[in-house]
Amino acid sequence: MFQNILDFVFGRLKPSDFVHDPIMAGAGFAMVGALVLAVIGLTYFKKWGWLWRNWITTLDPKKIGIMYILVSVVMLLRGLADALLLRAQQASNDAAGTLLSSDHFQQIFSAHGSIMIFFVAMGIIFGIFNLIIPSQIGARDVAFPFLNSVSFWLFASGMILINAPLVVGEFSTAGWLAYPPLSELQYSPGVGVDYWIWSLQIAGIGSLLSGINFFVTIIKMRAPGMTLMKMPIFVWSALTSTGLIMFAFPILTATLGMLALDRLLGMHFFTADGGGNPMMYVNLIWAWGHPEVYILVLPAFGIFSEVVSTFSGKKLFGYTSMVVALLAIAILSFTVWLHHFFTMGAGADVNTFFGIMTMIIAIPTGVKVFNWIFTMYRGRVRFTTPMLWFMGFIVTFTLGGLAGVLMSVPPADFQFHNSLFLVAHFHTMIVGGVLFGAFAGFAYWFPKFTGFTLNERLGRYAFWNWIIGFLLAFIPLYILGFMGATRRLDHYDPSMGWQGLFIVAGIGVAIICVGVFFQLLQLGYSIWKRNDNRVGSDPWNGRSLEWSIASPPPEYNFAVIPTVTTRDEFWELKKKKRASLLKPAYEDIWLPKNSGLGPIIGAFALAFGIAVIWHMWWLVVISLIGVIVTMIIRLTSDNTEYKLTAAEVAKHELKRGIV
Amino acid sequence: MRSVVEETAIQEKKTLGFWIYLMTDLILFASLFATFAVLRGQTAGGPGGHDLFDMPFVLLETMILLTSSFTVGLAILGSNRGYKKQTILWLIVTFVLGAAFLALELSEFSYLAAEGNSWQRSAFLSAFFTLVGTHGLHIAIGLLWLIIMVIRLVKFKFRQTDLNRLALFGLFWHFLDVVWIFIFSIVYLIGGMA
Repeated sequence: MFQNILDFVFGRLKPSDFVHDPIMAGAGFAMVGALVLAVIGLTYFKKWGWLWRNWITTLDPKKIGIMYILVSVVMLLRGLADALLLRAQQASNDAAGTLLSSDHFQQIFSAHGSIMIFFVAMGIIFGIFNLIIPSQIGARDVAFPFLNSVSFWLFASGMILINAPLVVGEFSTAGWLAYPPLSELQYSPGVGVDYWIWSLQIAGIGSLLSGINFFVTIIKMRAPGMTLMKMPIFVWSALTSTGLIMFAFPILTATLGMLALDRLLGMHFFTADGGGNPMMYVNLIWAWGHPEVYILVLPAFGIFSEVVSTFSGKKLFGYTSMVVALLAIAILSFTVWLHHFFTMGAGADVNTFFGIMTMIIAIPTGVKVFNWIFTMYRGRVRFTTPMLWFMGFIVTFTLGGLAGVLMSVPPADFQFHNSLFLVAHFHTMIVGGVLFGAFAGFAYWFPKFTGFTLNERLGRYAFWNWIIGFLLAFIPLYILGFMGATRRLDHYDPSMGWQGLFIVAGIGVAIICVGVFFQLLQLGYSIWKRNDNRVGSDPWNGRSLEWSIASPPPEYNFAVIPTVTTRDEFWELKKKKRASLLKPAYEDIWLPKNSGLGPIIGAFALAFGIAVIWHMWWLVVISLIGVIVTMIIRLTSDNTEYKLTAAEVAKHELKRGIV
Repeated sequence: MRSVVEETAIQEKKTLGFWIYLMTDLILFASLFATFAVLRGQTAGGPGGHDLFDMPFVLLETMILLTSSFTVGLAILGSNRGYKKQTILWLIVTFVLGAAFLALELSEFSYLAAEGNSWQRSAFLSAFFTLVGTHGLHIAIGLLWLIIMVIRLVKFKFRQTDLNRLALFGLFWHFLDVVWIFIFSIVYLIGGMA
């Protein structure tokens, strides 16, 4: 009887699920400890109200963007710790499992991949969208501010779920894409795959909503006069990226949903028995997965385009061809998914089609690389840290891109499939493309949102450690791939002669860690010495509208919405030296009121995730009702906005003018 | 209050956003349709569509749903012309038809499950229940939306914001109708062939 009640309340959760091996327990304790410290600190300094009013309930995209970036940075450290463990295991070739057992090793590589893609790269992309897009298109807000908050809190819920296995239960051992039939109940009966499914599902729905939100923002909220071909190139990259999100993420939602139904209700979509088809899953997940690669990298292209033209003091070379290239990549990205599994056996004709389409993508990408180089050509290049990241990117991206073209040849791919060559390839693209882009963007736009620049010297140290460590970490993997080393090995026969290269790769990751240490030091030092680095609103002699407003920008961004006449509007204005002698005509501004309902929906989503993972069916019902009721409350409530009168705006502007 | 120009701009954003949401939902359905098409023959020795589907019953379901799409159109026409009573009346008729459709679908599901042909029987039935069930889930959400909307229309005497939402609801309901026509054709007509 008592046991029945316990089973009803806690589902399949048992006290033993909290017991972990030392490494995981250590990570779990560190995480819980940090949370406890944060709670004590907030209580001691009486900051709960401040946190709730200024951050948790905010609908200001700039603050939501900063929260995205914060979460991503923490998750980057988590993913890096995972990478360190993986590299240590492979470098030591520890067959006995004294460091990591096979099972733990598998959990770590699954977590590393999932976290890096969904909670680092996606988080950074949405963070930068939130921070930059409204101010670059001359808007005060995004199209749907409340939806934006919901998106963020769903992302945060997913993040908590994917880290929860450190404390309770276990994570998936089925790799970052959880191919069935391994990820089916028959072979993975534990909670691991369920953690993977629901953290991605919840965060993925947030991403989909965010994609719709920014697409509508860009289409409908540009400043008067800003035609599509006058948009800054970063906005173009965001438009194509969000377009891809709208097409790709519903496929992910459906696919994860079907895998979940297989596991929860005993369906047979992807099972080995009952007529299920595991390759259907692989096709579906890559129909989302390949566009996802471009969802991540297109905004990075946009950042680099902004950086290279600003720091070369020139307009971007070949703007129109850049736009065409973005659109071409976006469309082609849906025609190449099968190159992730040429070995499926679809036949020579199908493989040839997908091989050729993959090679064609290299053309618009090559156009972009040449455009960036021509932008630098005869420009007055300033070698600041964003520019260093850009040049590091050009080198690594070209290297990785060539490796990609090599793999797009189906017969060659039969050799490279699932080898470390592939691992090296996609890390070169995602680290060298997305992450370097994010670092460049971080250094470039940091002064816009804080009012002071990052320390240049420490930034250079970080860059050089990163680029050297990066090449040391991944070039050996290309070689190992040629030597036949497959991915996801926790040990190998010493006679293969691989260990030396694995040790070099491990040293590379250690050097990357030094780079990350310098980045954290740079951030801390720059904040500490912020009064030495105070800059005005336009520290880099920028070209687009975000540099025309104060740093940090007021909540309403633009006191007066600008009228745009040219592509590099702010740059042209500066050339004409047309200072605003006219008294600006302020008008009333409507801004969204804070709302606690976004985080509440996130909390219910988190409860739903926990409930469905641990089979606490009562909580599934309650949390679903909670989500629905909260949404109805929001949709039926009035007075969600407040007015800032023209006089108040004038007062704000005047105050900042004096300060 | 905001100016009329601003209100129009906000409504335009909402309409575009809702259209885009519908398109993303369509892709979700497309994934389920593709899965159904692939798994249609995978009956694992169990019954196929030809053995299970009762065509006159499905035709009845289809007619009810199509009629509800017609009545929601009448409601929106009525609201455009300011005929409040007719709007409410047609919305209630829409609700009744939608609820009847859902009840029929659930009875079909429970009949299949009772006969031992549940979603666990074969990949074909998994795909069938998921695709048709996802549509049914949308209908259920639409019915909830309808209840709240009727209450608000009556309570607030046809405010513009509620009328705008009524137009969006119309889009949603027609969209579900279009999806159902594809379910009728692909799942029941083609899937029901021997």
